Amino acid sequence: MNNSAASTSSGSGDVPAPRRNSNRPKYSRFTQQELPACKPILTPRWVITVFTLIGVIFVPIGVAALMASNKVVEIVYRYDAVCIHGNTKDEKVAYIQNANTSKTCIITLTVPKDMDQPIYVYYQLDNFYQNHRRYVKSRNDAQLKDSDKANDTSGCDPEKTTPDGSPILPCGLIAWSLFNDTYSFSIGNQNLTVNKVGISWKSDRDHKFGDNVFPRNFQNGTMKGGASLNESIPLSQQEDLIVWMRTAALPTFRKPYGKIEQNLRVNETITVIIQNYYNTYSFSGKKKLVLSTSSWLGGKNDFTGIAYLTIGGLCFFLATAFTVVYLVKPRYVLLQI
Amino acid sequence: MMKRFVYINDDSSQNLYCDNRISNRKYTILNFLPKNLWEQFRRFMNQYFLLIACLQLWSLITPVNPASTWGPLIIIFAVSATKEAWDDYNRYLSDKQANEKEVWVVKDGIRKHIKAQDIHVGNIVWLRENDEVPCDLVLIGTSEPQGICYVETAALDGETDLKTRVLPSSCIGLTPEQLHKIKGVIECPNPDKDIRRFDSNMRLFPPFIDNDLCPLTIDNTLLQSCYLRNTEWACGVAVYTGNETKLGMSRGVPEPKLTAVDAMIDKLTGAIFLFQIVVVIVLGFAGNIWKDTEARKQWYAQYPEDGPWYELLVIPLRFELLCSIMIPISLKVSLDLVKSIYAKFIDWDEEMYDHETMTAPHAANTAISEDLGQVEYILTDKTGTLTENKMSFRRCCINGTFYGNESGDALKDVELLNAVINNVPDVIRFLTIMTICNTVVPVRSMSGNILYKAQSQDEDALVNAAARLHMVLISKNGNSLEINFNGKLIHYEILDTLEFTSERKRMSVVVKDSEDGKILLLSKGADEAILPLSYAGQQIRPFVDAVDQYAQLGLRTLCLGWRELKDDEYKDWSQAFKEARSTLVNREWKLDEVCQRLEHDLEVIGVTAVEDQLQDGVPETIETLRKAGINFWMLTGDKQKTAIQIALLCNFISSEPRGQLLFINGKTEDEVLRSLERVLLTMKITSSEPKDLAFVVDGWALEIILKQYRSVFTELAILSRTAICCRVTPSQKAQLVELLKSCDYRTLAIGDGGNDVRMIQNADIGVGISGREGLQAARAADYSIGKFRFLKRLILVHGRYSYNRTAFLSQYSFYKSLLICFIQIFFSFFSGVSGTSLFNSISLMAYNVFYTSVPVLTVVLDKDLTEKTVMQNPQILFYCQAGRLLNPSTFAGWFGRSLYHALVVFLITVHAYADEKSEMEQLSMVALSGCIWLQAFVVTIEMNSFTIFHHLAIWGNLLCFYGLNLMISAIPSAGLYTIMFRLCRQPSYWITLFLITVVGMGPVLALKYFRYTYRSSAINILQQAERSRVATFSIRDLDSQLKSIEKDVGSLASRNKFKSSVYEPLITDSPTATRRAVGPSAFDFLQPAQSRDDQNAGLLEIVCMLTE
Repeated sequence: MNNSAASTSSGSGDVPAPRRNSNRPKYSRFTQQELPACKPILTPRWVITVFTLIGVIFVPIGVAALMASNKVVEIVYRYDAVCIHGNTKDEKVAYIQNANTSKTCIITLTVPKDMDQPIYVYYQLDNFYQNHRRYVKSRNDAQLKDSDKANDTSGCDPEKTTPDGSPILPCGLIAWSLFNDTYSFSIGNQNLTVNKVGISWKSDRDHKFGDNVFPRNFQNGTMKGGASLNESIPLSQQEDLIVWMRTAALPTFRKPYGKIEQNLRVNETITVIIQNYYNTYSFSGKKKLVLSTSSWLGGKNDFTGIAYLTIGGLCFFLATAFTVVYLVKPRYVLLQI
Repeated sequence: MMKRFVYINDDSSQNLYCDNRISNRKYTILNFLPKNLWEQFRRFMNQYFLLIACLQLWSLITPVNPASTWGPLIIIFAVSATKEAWDDYNRYLSDKQANEKEVWVVKDGIRKHIKAQDIHVGNIVWLRENDEVPCDLVLIGTSEPQGICYVETAALDGETDLKTRVLPSSCIGLTPEQLHKIKGVIECPNPDKDIRRFDSNMRLFPPFIDNDLCPLTIDNTLLQSCYLRNTEWACGVAVYTGNETKLGMSRGVPEPKLTAVDAMIDKLTGAIFLFQIVVVIVLGFAGNIWKDTEARKQWYAQYPEDGPWYELLVIPLRFELLCSIMIPISLKVSLDLVKSIYAKFIDWDEEMYDHETMTAPHAANTAISEDLGQVEYILTDKTGTLTENKMSFRRCCINGTFYGNESGDALKDVELLNAVINNVPDVIRFLTIMTICNTVVPVRSMSGNILYKAQSQDEDALVNAAARLHMVLISKNGNSLEINFNGKLIHYEILDTLEFTSERKRMSVVVKDSEDGKILLLSKGADEAILPLSYAGQQIRPFVDAVDQYAQLGLRTLCLGWRELKDDEYKDWSQAFKEARSTLVNREWKLDEVCQRLEHDLEVIGVTAVEDQLQDGVPETIETLRKAGINFWMLTGDKQKTAIQIALLCNFISSEPRGQLLFINGKTEDEVLRSLERVLLTMKITSSEPKDLAFVVDGWALEIILKQYRSVFTELAILSRTAICCRVTPSQKAQLVELLKSCDYRTLAIGDGGNDVRMIQNADIGVGISGREGLQAARAADYSIGKFRFLKRLILVHGRYSYNRTAFLSQYSFYKSLLICFIQIFFSFFSGVSGTSLFNSISLMAYNVFYTSVPVLTVVLDKDLTEKTVMQNPQILFYCQAGRLLNPSTFAGWFGRSLYHALVVFLITVHAYADEKSEMEQLSMVALSGCIWLQAFVVTIEMNSFTIFHHLAIWGNLLCFYGLNLMISAIPSAGLYTIMFRLCRQPSYWITLFLITVVGMGPVLALKYFRYTYRSSAINILQQAERSRVATFSIRDLDSQLKSIEKDVGSLASRNKFKSSVYEPLITDSPTATRRAVGPSAFDFLQPAQSRDDQNAGLLEIVCMLTE
């Protein structure tokens, strides 16, 4: 009977639907959308302050960055044009691909400013697409790290195996096209030693390239790409390879070649003997030799400094402009409604 | 017509039909996976993502690990599937409970306890008081000697009054022992879902009764899910079982409604898709050309001289995969999530809780909250929606004498009381009709009081009023009825009930006075349904006047009439009636016709007038929503005068001279057309005047119009902001909704009764008021609320916020997807257009489903203006209605922003990380960090209010980004090993990020500030007003300014939308059209026109105060 008592009677009893009378919402600030909230609005004062503040922060950073960049002494020498014989592209390519021609090339560099050690030696390639879809994937990380997986060459197309079918280690296009120009430096008669140890990331040596993995069948194919590797040295010590395998994201990139741990004085002349093996002529790529010191921001790069100064300046300009408009024509505020 | 024959108590035939196992489940364990997957893959987006994911399995073309698409895809599918599975499991549990309930069934002549699921068609089921009916039964026995029983049908139709169910005539008087052995056949239609009809016949086999065919109606049935009340026991024959019951058949998944916002998002998705195709084709071409000219020279790439046949396709497909992230995979999930939160906010809203009836608001449809904010037309029922549906008897006119005119309450009118005491025959007859001619069921409560259970509030009011006038309906048992008049008991026998239908608009009963044996026909109904039936020569003038007079006062009127029937006349008619009742085809129509044969030559004796009070806050609600630019149409079954009166009372229309009503009437097609064209012309001429025009049309004219002059009427509908349609049927209500929808208006239908259900289901948004007429409307509706006044809050607060939030969320989702996609595209120019991905797979996946999806979800708590401000300035809804916050031009803004940000991130990254730093993993992480920082600030700058959740989500997300990436960087086998540690140690990393953030956000901030201050939208002004402490009077000033601006724009915008060339002239006719019609540019629609400058001066003053 309880149910009939609950049903509508003579229009006076108000009857909730049976399923609903108990679900009166519980009050909470969340359910009522009444959580305390701060509601900032863009007042002129606030916006002008923000822009001024950004300007104040940006200009000093820009100055510091520019100074850091200016302190860096950098010698860049493009040698691909001078170290080749032949005028047309075909001649150049034929020359560089001919195993019998002499690839030795001697250039001299003058130190423009004092350079404190360590001086980093980089080679720079232009128009070289290490990030090409076909290239960047052509490697097998497991093979490089683990001696048990030497035969794992999946993903390494088209440099998987030698023509007779034995797996290449390290396989893939990246390793195959390893850069093989060499440089030797001397000042006068004195040789400048280039330390090639420690140019790669320690994490790569320790965890990405195995110390018991040795090159096998490398560059044994019909076509020789770049450098060959000493089969008695484990991959973890093949630092040139490790550096090369850290693919660059942009078609212009520098990779460390070594370190000169000796100060260079201004106007000293450095003689560099380059073995110009690497073929960039078929795709008109440039090769440059770079000697550079470094700062807290890295190498020479004016971009950050200039950008910071420009943005800082713009912020000041905007702040001033907003202030002027605000002061001169406050009555114009909202006129456009 | 397909029929089924049910053999009572016959085991041999019972396996013809399904057993009574009900199953609401969509799935079984076996078919769950395929069926669910199939359902999910019916959506285009999912098909697209699946295609992308499949393409990614082809390692030649995939730029990233397939996991970056499969992961999110599987997560998204798993989430939906889990939700479905959970819902289905709950359905299974409730099914199981119902299926395993024990019921008494007669087997082999004895009663047995079996599980409900084992009932078969033809079984006799016994029920006791308060039992739930397990399947659809035809009643064959009850404990009550009169052969009736009572059921509560609330679960079926939501009506909470008790309904009487009667035994078929041939079963009356059978003893329980006989019932155990009863045999027979029931001929009934195949299962359908109409809970109002059951047109069938029963024939009992000997020895019970001669082979007489006994008609059955819905009154002889006990339907599944009803409860047996006030009856000791009842038994019936199962005719429909399991999922074939009326309830089971009416269960069904309603068609999902698509909001305007969703449609816009789909449109934008389509546009992005096209853009993507273009990008893919262009880059694919470029890539192939580059490959042929440049890449072949690059010996280290070892391009083969001639590749496979599909080689030309490889690069375009790679770009397709690369660009597939343009369409955010997380959008659907995010939208579903926030939409369900909007719905929860509605359910939780304290301020929409009706304390009087203890009903909480409920959003049954969680997917369409945004549409609430975009409503343009509200079509409202009158009775029970605008009014309380709490009827009280106020006045009456008996044979030309008016009662209750002085006091306004006939029950206190001394003259009437005296007339009752003096036994004035007409008055007694009048009271008798009030008491008898109805379907009210008197129920004696525990305390001995008599309670009336009525389906119609009018009948309830009449019976109660009669009781106050000493004519008390005491009991109604089957055919006998007892009245206590001044202490004297009077018995009547109810011979027949000629039921009320919305076509007939009247009901009658045929009763036999037990004392003198006279047979009487008592009728009551609408004036136009009764007065024409009066006997020739009766003066009906006074009644017409009375009806008019009462209608002017907004009272609901009913006319009462009667006549004495001759014995043989009744006998003849009764035979015809019985035949009509037992037809299976067109029964309703035949009954109608037979009823008409009896209802004529009535003596009309009076008119009753009951008052239906307006609900609280109705005028204010209508006024507010009107200000918000919403047009109102009132669709009522009531008569014109009453409707107009109520409309005036609730601000629906203004009185003269501000308002003007234009009537469309006429009986013939020509008259209607002429009237319609006249109204249209007036409407066009006066549309420039500041006058509230409304047209009034009645059901008859509407019928003609909807059939013949639809296009003219459509034209009128577009011009008119207000309309009153009276005397309309449920299907006309639905047609009107369709008509407005076909003009591309977003409609909201609100109603409370069963007659509003169709309109509610047809409208873009259906709102039901859980009212006295049961829950039918509320059940069918997308939203149910307790009172009309909550509509204001539902639309202005919930609808508006939902729209704003979804507008931001959806565009932001595209923004962040485009951002990362543009970077990939830029990178492709630096990677030989070969389709290399700059970002690694994990980053791509996490970026879309995690880093950028979480912070933006806090948008569900964002409020641009406080609820109070919105309520005070409802005009602000215009921004939502006109779709100002989500349209191609705002989207273009976001598109531009993503392009700009992508440029900033990419260019700064490649310049800052050039030369010796340009290592792939590092550079990609720098770019990714740049994106993450930018998106955090974009969310920050676009949010209007910050709660603790905002800070947690935005800044916590940044921390999570670093935490997660540092963790990955600690795994030696990951490609990211040590990268993040390296970067975090480099000052240049932080300096670069700082630069990206400032360059990316600086212009956004400056532009936003400029717009906010010098090109403010009304929203901005209100934000400023809200947050500065200005005296309220100036805000009100501002408010009036806003009103004048927006009214103008609002009415025009809704007109502009109608793009059909036929209506173009209307737009140019409008004086404001030329300058507005330029196009819906997002920001300068509030630009001043020269003529407005004067008005703006006043506003300026306030504004200056605000800014100081």
